[in-house]
Amino acid sequence: MNLVIFSGPPSSGKTSVILKVIESFKKRAVAVGVVKFDCLYTDDDKLYEKAGIPVKKGLSGALCPDHFFASNIEDVVKWGNKAGLDLLITESAGLCNRCSPYLTGVKGVCIIDNLSGINTPKKIGPMLKSADMVAITKGDIVSQAEREVFASRVSAVNPKAMVMHVNGLSGQGAYELSTMLYDEKQSLSSVQGMKLRFPMPSAMCSYCLGETRIGESYQMGNTKKMVWEEKEK
Amino acid sequence: MKEMTIAQLLEKYPFVTEFFQQNRLNITGFEQLTFADYLQQLDEDELEEKAIELQKLPEELALYIEQMTAFLGLNEDSGVHSLTILPGKDKNAVPEKFTKLTIFPSQVVAIVGPTGSGKSRLLADIEWAAQNDTPTGRSILINDALPDAKWRYSPNNKLVAQLSQNMNFVIDLSVKEFLQLHAQSRMAENIKEISGKILAAANRLAGEPFSADTPVTSLSGGQSRALMIADTAILSASPIVLIDEIENAGIDRRKALEVLLSQDKIVLMATHDPLLALMADRRIVIRNGGIHAVLETTQEEKALLQKMNSLDTIMQSARRELREGKTLHTKDFLSDFRL
Repeated sequence: MNLVIFSGPPSSGKTSVILKVIESFKKRAVAVGVVKFDCLYTDDDKLYEKAGIPVKKGLSGALCPDHFFASNIEDVVKWGNKAGLDLLITESAGLCNRCSPYLTGVKGVCIIDNLSGINTPKKIGPMLKSADMVAITKGDIVSQAEREVFASRVSAVNPKAMVMHVNGLSGQGAYELSTMLYDEKQSLSSVQGMKLRFPMPSAMCSYCLGETRIGESYQMGNTKKMVWEEKEK
Repeated sequence: MKEMTIAQLLEKYPFVTEFFQQNRLNITGFEQLTFADYLQQLDEDELEEKAIELQKLPEELALYIEQMTAFLGLNEDSGVHSLTILPGKDKNAVPEKFTKLTIFPSQVVAIVGPTGSGKSRLLADIEWAAQNDTPTGRSILINDALPDAKWRYSPNNKLVAQLSQNMNFVIDLSVKEFLQLHAQSRMAENIKEISGKILAAANRLAGEPFSADTPVTSLSGGQSRALMIADTAILSASPIVLIDEIENAGIDRRKALEVLLSQDKIVLMATHDPLLALMADRRIVIRNGGIHAVLETTQEEKALLQKMNSLDTIMQSARRELREGKTLHTKDFLSDFRL
């Protein structure tokens, strides 16, 4: 089985792109399944089901979604193998744009959209910077100039990535993306022992443990303060 | 490159500023260090704070410089002197009915056919420089030869620029700032001159003129379209431009095509409008996912186009007069109705 990890900010078009990508796999008789990760709620599993695609969903709820992903990916891969998939796609939304779910040795695709603004590439951390492929969506509704500026900024933060324009509505570019995702010869039976490409932040403070009260005396562990004094020039 | 200080890097490759900025690396005050030494002195907390991966950055900087240098070299010669489409098959695996379609810079080819007939697929084939490896089985040749891999894989070398009716400016900048931003990303040297040139061209296309200080988001539909066309013609790196239906309002479409063609673009124009379709010398008819025919515009059609254009002028002037609160009179139109 092949595994591909899709990630990207909320509403960037991940599900639409994945659906179009899978459509082009169907004609090639490649069995594809999806595991959708989200935080509080998702309806996207129904969209996959409607398209006849085997799907599972995982809601992280009270946990950090990226931590949740890392603790569950092993079982996700087991499910995929058991279901006899040729290609398993995981889809997860980056929530604070700090972390990334990519594993070393597993293809990672970041989906971001032109509408999010040209400063977005700078704001997104490892989720964009350590992706193997970046698919930029919603190019049909912004100007060519904005598409070009956006793409050039993406490649400034991640020169190694292959950058493509994919339209989640018309499917333009989805076939092309699909050709980069599946390798017949690759066979992944387990992800045990594999490593995240980028460590998550070393944060553990009183609020992580359920503290709700505001005030210095309730703050423990890894906390950080904003700087207020003007720096002397 | 490894031994060069940041100052030397900036001098030799001014575009690395963009790399530092986009990666949130503040190099001010560290110009005398090499990039590796600069990274060494960042403390661990700061690295975690900014989610920066130390080991990969020097390699990425080298790659960025390589890509940008190649990209800038390409600018001197746009590199595309012809685009050739070789036939594949339609959705029912019926072979396409043409032998070879070659388009040269400064030529316009129209694309006609019902919505959903396979326009996007044709575009994607060109954009991807298909080599009998897409569902249609078409192949694309550039300059009569197999296309360079850069057209497929390099982020800054995309074959096709697109202009469509649905496009909007989402960025919150004035026209001037917007053009400067685009020019910078294209590493243009004479930014002021280029922005001025684009603004002038856009104003020739738009019905109502606009200034450099107008925010792009408050331009009218026609003005936006005019600015997008002039900007794509003059600044876009892509040698092929796809126009997806330009509405006949607030913009002079014939001049718009002229602007694109004067910059040696290959223009593909998807349209349902006879005035546009006949303006091209050839048109691709798409049906059921395949190219059904490639037709030359006949002399008869060119003659008809002239008549249709005069009809169009009547409609336009009637629209203008009604808008201005005038009453229309038969005598003002009669002479125009002799077809």
